[in-house]
Amino acid sequence: MKNKLSLIIFFIFLIFCFIIFYIGLDKPKIYIPKTNIERNLPVFKAKDFSSNTYIDSENIFAEENYYIVNIWASWCVPCRKEHSLLMELNQNKLIKLIGLNYKDNLNNAKKFINELGNPYNQILIDNDGTLSVEFGAYGVPETFVINKNKKIIKKFVGPINRRILEEIKLIIK
Amino acid sequence: MLANQIGYYSLILGLLFSVYLCIVSIKDFNNADKKVSTNIITLSFLQLAFVIISFISLILSFINSDFSNETVFNNSHTTKPLFYKISGTWGNHEGSLLLWLLVLTLFIFLFLIKSREQPKKYRILTLLFQQLIIIGFFLFVLMTSNPFNYLFPIPAEGLGLNPILQDPALAIHPPILYLGYVGSSIIFSASLAAVAQNYISREWGQHIKKWVLISWIFLTIGIMLGSIWAYYELGWGGFWFWDPVENVSLMPWLTLTALLHCILVLERRGALTSWVVILSITTFTLSMCGTFLVRSGILNSVHTFANDPTRGIFILIFLFILIFLSLGIFFLFHKENNKNSDTFFWLSKESSILVNNWFMMYFLSVVLIGTVYPIFLDVISAEKISVGPPFYQKLIAPFLAPFLLFMVFGPKLKWIKSKIENKSSLIIFLIISVILMFFILKNITTDLLFYTILISAAFLLFFTTSKELFFKKFTNMSQAVAHFGFSLFILSILFNSILSSEITTNIKVGERFNYNGAEIFFKKIEQDNKSNFSSIVGYFKITNKKGKVIELKPEIRVYNQPVIITSEADIKTTLLEDKFLVMNIVKGKKYFNIRYQVKPFMLWIWISILILSFGGLMSLSKKKYEK
Repeated sequence: MKNKLSLIIFFIFLIFCFIIFYIGLDKPKIYIPKTNIERNLPVFKAKDFSSNTYIDSENIFAEENYYIVNIWASWCVPCRKEHSLLMELNQNKLIKLIGLNYKDNLNNAKKFINELGNPYNQILIDNDGTLSVEFGAYGVPETFVINKNKKIIKKFVGPINRRILEEIKLIIK
Repeated sequence: MLANQIGYYSLILGLLFSVYLCIVSIKDFNNADKKVSTNIITLSFLQLAFVIISFISLILSFINSDFSNETVFNNSHTTKPLFYKISGTWGNHEGSLLLWLLVLTLFIFLFLIKSREQPKKYRILTLLFQQLIIIGFFLFVLMTSNPFNYLFPIPAEGLGLNPILQDPALAIHPPILYLGYVGSSIIFSASLAAVAQNYISREWGQHIKKWVLISWIFLTIGIMLGSIWAYYELGWGGFWFWDPVENVSLMPWLTLTALLHCILVLERRGALTSWVVILSITTFTLSMCGTFLVRSGILNSVHTFANDPTRGIFILIFLFILIFLSLGIFFLFHKENNKNSDTFFWLSKESSILVNNWFMMYFLSVVLIGTVYPIFLDVISAEKISVGPPFYQKLIAPFLAPFLLFMVFGPKLKWIKSKIENKSSLIIFLIISVILMFFILKNITTDLLFYTILISAAFLLFFTTSKELFFKKFTNMSQAVAHFGFSLFILSILFNSILSSEITTNIKVGERFNYNGAEIFFKKIEQDNKSNFSSIVGYFKITNKKGKVIELKPEIRVYNQPVIITSEADIKTTLLEDKFLVMNIVKGKKYFNIRYQVKPFMLWIWISILILSFGGLMSLSKKKYEK
C-alpha cells in the first residue's frame, strides 16, 4: 500500500516536471534582470547642483518627457569615458538628462563639468549616496531610462557605450 | 545534389527497416526456435548501413560545399580547410542528430553479434526497446531536423561554421562523447529487457559490464576533450564552468560510474539488482534529458544551435514516454531478490560500494538541481536566476573530503566480511599527508580548515592508491589504475585551484611589466592571413626569476565567414605548470588588454583523466571477476 502511494506521488511529480518543461519551452530566453522591469520612480528631495536649493522630485520630473538619470562622480574614471556619449545624447530634444552627482566633492565636480562640458539639463547632489540606492544603483556610473509614465524602464550598469546609446535612442523612438 | 538525395532517401529507408525489424522481431519472439533468426541480424545490419550511407552523404555534401543543402549552407563555407568541412558535419543540430542515430544503430548491431550466448528472448527484447528509441529519433530527424533540406536558388556561398567550433579537439569531441553518451542507450534497452525477462542475474551482470565500461570510457574521454577545448579556446583559463551543457554530460557520467561499481556487486554477489536497473534507466534518461535541455533552447548554452520549439516539444514528449515506459516495466516486472542490501555486513566491499552510490547520488542531485532549478523558478515565479560555480563548489566540496576518505578504505575491503588491514601504513601515510598539507598551506590563509581536511584526504588517497598500484603486483590492476588516476585528478584540481594566479593589464607594444618575479615583454605584433581567418599575432617574451625565457604568441583572429573576432590564447605547457596568455583589442586605443595566468598542474588534470579511463580499458580486457 505504502509502495503504491509513493509510486503515485512519483508519477505526479514526473507529470509536474513535464508541465514545467513544457511551459518553460515557450518562455522567452532573453535574460532581463529584475531591476529592469518597470519600477516606480522614488519620491525624494534633493539639492540642486547650481542653485544649492532643495527641489522635490515631482518638480524635477514634471514635464511629459523621457528622462535619463545618469549617476556620475568626478573621481569615477569610466564616467569620463562615457561623457562624450552623454554630450551626444544631450542633442536629443526628446530627452531630459538628469545627472546625479554621487558622493563627490562639489569643487571637483564643478571642475569636471567645466572641463568636459555639461550634458545635463539638471544636476542633483547625492552626497551620501542614499538617493542612488533608492534608484537601485550598485555603483557609478549607472544610467536609468524613465518613460513618460514616470516609470524606470531600463537600467544600464557601467559606462554607456555606442551600443547602449543606440538602444536608448531606439527606446525613445 | 545527388548525395543529398541519397542521404535523404536512405534515412527514410532506415526508418522503414526499423519498423520492419520490429515486426520480424515480434514474430521471432514467439517462435520456438532457440536462436535469434539471422534475418534479424541482417536487417539490423542493413539499418546501420543506411544510416552510414546517409551520414557519408552529408559528409560528402560538406566536402563538396554543396550549398543546395540547407545544413551545409548554414554551417560551412568554401574557404574552410577540409578538416573543418568534415567536422562541420556534426558541428550543428541536424548533423549531430544523424550522429545520434548512427551510434544508436551501431550499438544495437554490435550488441546483436556480441551477445550470441545470451537467452534469445532477452536479446530480442533488447532489440525492440532499442528500436523504439531508434524510431523515435528517425522521426525526430525527419520531422523536425532534416539534415537534407533543399535550398533553391542555390546560394553561391555558405554562412560558415562558428569559428569557436573550428578546432581539432572539438572536431573529435562529439563523436567520442556520443559513443559514451548515446551508447548508454544499449544499457537502458538491455536492462529493461532483462527486467522483463527476470534475467537480472550474475551472468547478466558479467555480460552488461562490458557495455557499461565502453560507454564509461568514451564518455570520460569525450568530456575531457570538451573540457580541453573550453580551456584553450574560450580563453577564460578554466576547464570547467558548470555550464548547463557541461552538467548534462557530467550527470550521466556520475550515474554510469555508480552503475559500474554496482555491476561489480551484481556480478560477484548477485545483489543490488534494483540499484543496477534504476541506474541503467537513469543514465540514458539523463542523456535524453540533456539533449532536451540543450537542444530545445530552454537553457542558453554553447550547444544551443537553434531555438525551434517544435523540436523541444518532440524530445520532451519522447523523453517522458521513455521514462514512463521504463518505470512501468520496472514496477511491473522487477522482483527484488532476497539478497537485500540490508544483509550486507557493514565492513565489506558491498557496503562501501553502496556508500559510493550514495555519494554519487548526492553529487548528481546537486548538479541536477543547479541545472534545472532556474527553469522551474522561471516558470513558477517568473523570476530569472542563473546558478554559477559558487553553488556547485559550496555544495560539492564539503562532501568531497569524506568521499575521498571512503575511497581510501573501500577498495581495501573484502567481499562479504572484512577487517581493516595494514593499519600501520595507513597511519604513516596519514602523517605524511598532514605534513605535506602543512607545507603547501603555509602561505595561504583563506579557508584554512576546509583546505586542511580536503588536501590531507586527497594526499592520503593518493598515497594509498599509489601503493596499491606500484607495490602490490597481480592484484586488481584495473581498479588500482583507475583509482590512482582519480586521486591524481583530485590532487591536480586542488593544486590548480589553490595555486593559480593571474594578472590582467593594459600594455602597448614595446612595454614590459613585472609579475611575481617574472618579466613580461611585449615585443611586437604581426599580421597573418589564412584561408578562413586573418589574425594579429602578439609576440611576448617572458623571463622568469632564473632567467629562463619563453615566448608566447596569443592571437586575435578575425574569421571571415561569419565575421567573428576570437581571442586565441597561447599556452606554454610544462610538466608542472601552464603559462596562459590571452590578449584582447581595446577599441580605439593603442594598447592591448592582456591576461596572463600561471596555472599549475594543468597537464596532470588531463593525464589523470587518461589514466582513469585507461583503468576502465584494462577492466574491459579482463575476463575474470573482480577480486
